[in-house]
Amino acid sequence: MSGPVAKVEIDGQIVEVPPGSMVMEAATKLGIYVPHFCYHKKLSIAANCRMCLVEVEKAPKPLPACATPVTDGMKVKTQSPRAKQAQAGVMEFLLINHPLDCPICDQGGECQLQDLAVGYGGSGSRFDEEKRVVASKDIGPLVAAEEMSRCIQCTRCVRFGQEVAGVMELGMMGRGEHSEIVSFVGRTVDSELSGNMIDICPVGALTSRPFRYSARTWELSRRKTIAPHDSLGSNLVVQVKQNRVMRVLPLENDAVNECWISDRDRFSYEALNSSDRLVKPLVRENGTWREVDWPTALERVAAGLKEVAANHGASAIGALSSPTATLEEMHLLSRLMRGIGSGNVDFRLRQHDFSADGKRTGVPWLGMKVAELGNLDRVLVVGSFLRKDHPLLANRFRQAAKRGQQLHLLGAADDDPLIPGANRVTVAPSALPSMLAGVARAVLEAKEAAVPSELAGVTVDATAKAIAQSLVRGRAAGIFLGTAAEQHPQAARLHALTQCIAAALGAKSGFLGASSNSVGGYLAECVPAAGGLDAARMLAEPRKAYVLLGCEPELDCGNPRAARAAMQGAGFVVALATHRSEAEQYAHVILPVTPFTETSGTYVNAEGRMQSFNAVVRPLGDARPAWKVLRVLGNLLDLPGFDQDTSEQVRELVGRQGDIDGRLSNAVSGIPLAGAAPGPAANGALERVADVPIYFVDALVRRAASLQRTTDAQAPRARVAGATLERLGIAPGARVRVKQEGGEASLEVMRDDSVAPDCVRVAAGHPSTAGLGSMFGAVTLERA
Amino acid sequence: MKTARAPFPPDAYGPDAVIMRGVTGDNWRLADYEARGGYAVLKKLIADHATPDTVIAELKKSALRGRGGAGFPTGLKWSFMPRQFPGAKYMVCNSDEGEPGTFKDRDILRYNPHALIEGMIIGGFATGSTAGYNYIHGEIWREYERFEEALAEAYAAGYLGRNILGSEFSFDLYGHHGFGAYICGEETALLESLEGKKGQPRFKPPVPAAYGLYGKPTTINNTETYAAVPFILAMGGDAYLALGKPNNGGTKLFSVSGDVERPGNFEVKLGTPFAQLLEMAGGMRKGRKLKACIPGGSSMPVLPADVMMATDMDYDSIAKAGSMLGSGAVIIMDDTRCMVRCLERLSYFYYEESCGQCTPCREGTGWLYRMVNRIEHGKGRPEDLDRLLSVSDNIAGRTICALGDAAALPVKSFIQHFRSEFEYHIEHKRCLVGGHVAGGAVVPTDKVAA
Repeated sequence: MSGPVAKVEIDGQIVEVPPGSMVMEAATKLGIYVPHFCYHKKLSIAANCRMCLVEVEKAPKPLPACATPVTDGMKVKTQSPRAKQAQAGVMEFLLINHPLDCPICDQGGECQLQDLAVGYGGSGSRFDEEKRVVASKDIGPLVAAEEMSRCIQCTRCVRFGQEVAGVMELGMMGRGEHSEIVSFVGRTVDSELSGNMIDICPVGALTSRPFRYSARTWELSRRKTIAPHDSLGSNLVVQVKQNRVMRVLPLENDAVNECWISDRDRFSYEALNSSDRLVKPLVRENGTWREVDWPTALERVAAGLKEVAANHGASAIGALSSPTATLEEMHLLSRLMRGIGSGNVDFRLRQHDFSADGKRTGVPWLGMKVAELGNLDRVLVVGSFLRKDHPLLANRFRQAAKRGQQLHLLGAADDDPLIPGANRVTVAPSALPSMLAGVARAVLEAKEAAVPSELAGVTVDATAKAIAQSLVRGRAAGIFLGTAAEQHPQAARLHALTQCIAAALGAKSGFLGASSNSVGGYLAECVPAAGGLDAARMLAEPRKAYVLLGCEPELDCGNPRAARAAMQGAGFVVALATHRSEAEQYAHVILPVTPFTETSGTYVNAEGRMQSFNAVVRPLGDARPAWKVLRVLGNLLDLPGFDQDTSEQVRELVGRQGDIDGRLSNAVSGIPLAGAAPGPAANGALERVADVPIYFVDALVRRAASLQRTTDAQAPRARVAGATLERLGIAPGARVRVKQEGGEASLEVMRDDSVAPDCVRVAAGHPSTAGLGSMFGAVTLERA
Repeated sequence: MKTARAPFPPDAYGPDAVIMRGVTGDNWRLADYEARGGYAVLKKLIADHATPDTVIAELKKSALRGRGGAGFPTGLKWSFMPRQFPGAKYMVCNSDEGEPGTFKDRDILRYNPHALIEGMIIGGFATGSTAGYNYIHGEIWREYERFEEALAEAYAAGYLGRNILGSEFSFDLYGHHGFGAYICGEETALLESLEGKKGQPRFKPPVPAAYGLYGKPTTINNTETYAAVPFILAMGGDAYLALGKPNNGGTKLFSVSGDVERPGNFEVKLGTPFAQLLEMAGGMRKGRKLKACIPGGSSMPVLPADVMMATDMDYDSIAKAGSMLGSGAVIIMDDTRCMVRCLERLSYFYYEESCGQCTPCREGTGWLYRMVNRIEHGKGRPEDLDRLLSVSDNIAGRTICALGDAAALPVKSFIQHFRSEFEYHIEHKRCLVGGHVAGGAVVPTDKVAA
């Protein structure tokens, strides 16, 4: 250990810890457990439960281990009669007003109070008075606060809100015995991290609303897996009873998700058992769907693809993969397409600008380790709905902000990241590249580096200059492109500008990552082969046949209108899907494949971490892992290289961690830094700003019933700044027809002054806006 | 109460009064205070280019101890403030006088506010603080208004603000009206409340001198402590010490209440015999017999008459007798008082005022109150007394702040000194004392909070 140390004796054992450490930390280092409730290693110290009272030599009173700093030579006894008497006294107080309803309590069996009562509580109670009763609270569809009499006022949930979620949605109201946990008058808890409060609640006061009363914890087996919804790849414990996923909890991994998971990762499991799961292969015959066995369905697919290839050439076939497909599935899909002679395969469904293809030297990634994000002291995030796209990366930045990290958010939406001190700059999407170019030029000038001629004409406004100055003054800077930047019509230019800034600063740079396998998709080569079409062109230049892997094009693609038209016009569409969907209207074969819990596979997260997992339950009905389906399909099409017996063998084809590390690179060449900006919308039209709301991102979360009842899952509205609305003469709350590229959507107008002038924010990924065109570009509003 | 209506005689607070000498109730304005010699000390400090060290040295000599209850040496406390601290440092005055039986700071605020203001300015000078806050109890509004008026006078006269009396020294002082929670008189809860947060004590360490208001070094003293400072510096630390006893320097305001003929505030030399103080308050009401006395505010242990009558009123003597001087609230109980009923009232107070932050106090105060309530109402059980003592032991010394101790100490001392009265209640379901008859229904829990 470097630096000064304090030598402390705890229960006769000596330990060396940095001065200022708490007795609790020193004890933990020795493996000595000090009972506690309010203490949590990731939260501030409250010292209010008093359960961790220990005897410290020379101290007149027992002291709380969690809040007592060690001093050199300190002697602590955690098990002495004095310590034990103090702990037993506190335990008695905690239990006198507790309902002791363990037999019907959801927390029973995994309750800290129950566990510690065994060791420190009495077998009977001396309390003969009436017990306190605390009214239940309705705080939303995810966290149940129905049995608040069980609360022991440890304030972990309050501190979690203040310190981790970044918003104080729960507080302790009242005084003394009448203290109770409440949300702000009548409000629900809307944080995208709220489920963690259930985990950290040491008693059964806050419980999981979707899970409660569905199983006892000791009936559940615990299996590890990886979360499929965002680029972090949170490590999960999936709890299973009788081959059914009952609950999802975080698996602690400090390098990835620490001890937290987002609500999306926690509650999306409800979709696994939803009634619209596909359990039989389906083929369409004369306009009606018929359940068939697998050989029939697969032969039909092989025949259909062969026929299209024979009549129109293999390039008439396109394949679209969900970015949440596993590495193995993506690899086999790519192999299949290349095998039959088509290079048309892509997983970047919402991307608009593919001009960086062929100009990269490697696989785009975060550019650094997730765990090191907190070490940066200057961060610029471009084009990100940070908190909703990346709930836990946002928390990394939130914690870093407390240590002085300066964060700049440059984007098309002014959503509050709940990061104190974050500098938010909101511009229309079309103005994003020129703003970033301004930052680039200002950085180069501040560094006295040569300004490329391409940037000569760029104007540097005060905002760009301020961002640049902050970045230049930093010790360790990072520039990151968010999901909206990746999807931007000038994504390649944004990428090149980012590289330019990072190079001038010697900073880290990269992509926050759009989905769970965005890095994996490149590694699996689930991208167009030479001459192949990318996701956008496959739709813009409709194919005769499509293979859909886990995606719903009308919701998952950057241009849903084009996607729907392409699907409806295709002569043969095969959908590998987990759930019933609109595919029933245009597909010809639907193959029931398994979600992530029913297959083995691998996700490669934003930092390039390969995380493989096993199936946690058996496939539902006749559904089969997509990698197996694609493998058999390869055999039926007589393609070589489809003879793997396990998903591990498929993964070996992509490479191991050591192989892929060298392939990660954000370097690009030959992309112009300057470019004609698309220009703001003309003729009274507005420019569209589109986010994909947190609970609409993929097929699974769209079917997670409880998530769909949250505030974040409200139907999209047309959000426009007040001044723009006034100019248009439209009142907030009015119903409007949003028109774009010949399509339209009927939405309610909402005044939102955080939207840039002359822009309208209309979310993508939702059925109500699937009639619209691109996520970017001109739209008009008309009063309905 | 004799001090309630002004004007009253200039020696109303007693012949040995220092802070309150010459105070008649209607001479609180700046000009009156200056006529009594007020602000002369401040002027002299400025004119002499005195150093902070000389002020603190004089305070240390005087053996002035904190008048709020804990009795911590004031000079020592001021010396804890870091000298070379970049940024703001604060002086905070605790006028959140909520301790049952205590009403001395209220008299200072309304009859002698400039003594407090001058004391705080000198404190700011001695500790290098830039600003001060006076946190005034929520239930005294007129005193807050008067303090604000006095502040305006002091600003107008150049005693506060930038470059005080033409010197380099600047100091701003603000009044802050609390909302009446007893816990906000606990110094760290007071800081939380002052910052706009829920008034709940902080865990110490760190102490306020290291991490106080807004995280800055802060000194918190009681109203009376600050008010004594100008007088100490005027007469010299040695002279002030000589008024009292070694380690117990100067005079102290005692709030005498309960079964006496003339309840009120009296400023006497520390070390004055209790019997003398009792006499100043007109003796026992209706000539009844003294039964018990809480000598330092409701949080301190009760003492029986014989012990009390043999005690002098100073920190060390009262500690020796088994209680504490505390805030100087002397609660007198005569022989018609039922000790069970008295304890029930006290226990209700702590149950009601517990902030609820930490477990032993939140849960324990309610348990104590309910048990005492049952005994008082004829529902006591023989095992209750030992249980009361045991629960008290489980609260005392286990909590974040001293409120837990304050709730436990009365229970223990009442049972220690008057156990037979409690036993009589339990056994006979009625009161031993003729004053009232115990019995009737136990107050239902849901009525307790109302």
